[in-house]
Amino acid sequence: MVKTLAKAEVSLPSDREVKVTREFKAPRELVYKAHTTPELVQRWLLGPPGWTMPVCEMDVRVGGKYRWRWRSDEDGKEFGFHGTYREVAAPEKIVHMEYYDPGDIGGEMGNGALITMELTEKGGVTRLTSLMDFGSKEARDAALSTGMTDGMEASYKLLDGMLSEDGTAKHLSHL
Amino acid sequence: MNDSDRLDATFMALADPTRRAILARLALGAASVAELAEPFDISQPAISKHLKILERAELISVGQDRQRRPRRIEAKPLAAANAWLERYREIWEANFERLDALLEELRPKPAAPPGKKSVFS
Repeated sequence: MVKTLAKAEVSLPSDREVKVTREFKAPRELVYKAHTTPELVQRWLLGPPGWTMPVCEMDVRVGGKYRWRWRSDEDGKEFGFHGTYREVAAPEKIVHMEYYDPGDIGGEMGNGALITMELTEKGGVTRLTSLMDFGSKEARDAALSTGMTDGMEASYKLLDGMLSEDGTAKHLSHL
Repeated sequence: MNDSDRLDATFMALADPTRRAILARLALGAASVAELAEPFDISQPAISKHLKILERAELISVGQDRQRRPRRIEAKPLAAANAWLERYREIWEANFERLDALLEELRPKPAAPPGKKSVFS
């Protein structure tokens, strides 16, 4: 029997937070390993198309630091994140601070975010929940805008076609 | 309002469970203030205050009927807010799809089926 796994869901539990959830068809230990082994993280945590992750250093233990940096294939510009692990409970939970490093692309994201990632496993399916607390609404919204280089105008154009009665109810369930 | 202010107004209006419940009700069809107040354990003036915030965010509008003044949901700001989140979601989904492929690769390979003995056993 093939079970359909939940795609990534994004919700806004409060003014300062973003929550991302996703299911994986793999044991929790493996999902945890893919999140905590630098060579593995570099293969999937890439963001929008056209970016690679040349720097990925992680000392996964309480008080340990990490440094992530991405580079654009197109113009070589870089940005990154760094921070410290606050709580490490393999294979179920990692809490870390995340500070934005604007590199060559600029921008800022407030005073850092507190990220709580949790993994639960049921019947061979691992559910990931990542709660990001940005400390303020402004910082959260800045973080949410990442990667939206073509700006709001494009999304307004895009949605002209997707308005419907049904759509309204569906959009509500996301928020 | 510019796009950014409009999104701020939308998210501010949505950051309250009563207002989200009001919108969920209006998604089923237009309703008067009295009808909207009914399922909630709060006063009509309190509901009116929530409605004003929703109206300012252009999430709802007031219908023609002068007496009932039915409130109607307006889809556009919600769709805009959703499209904005959707872009962010897509970035994560792309990451997670790469992770799916990686997990598949890392998965311990199933043992040889019983009966099919290796030459060493």
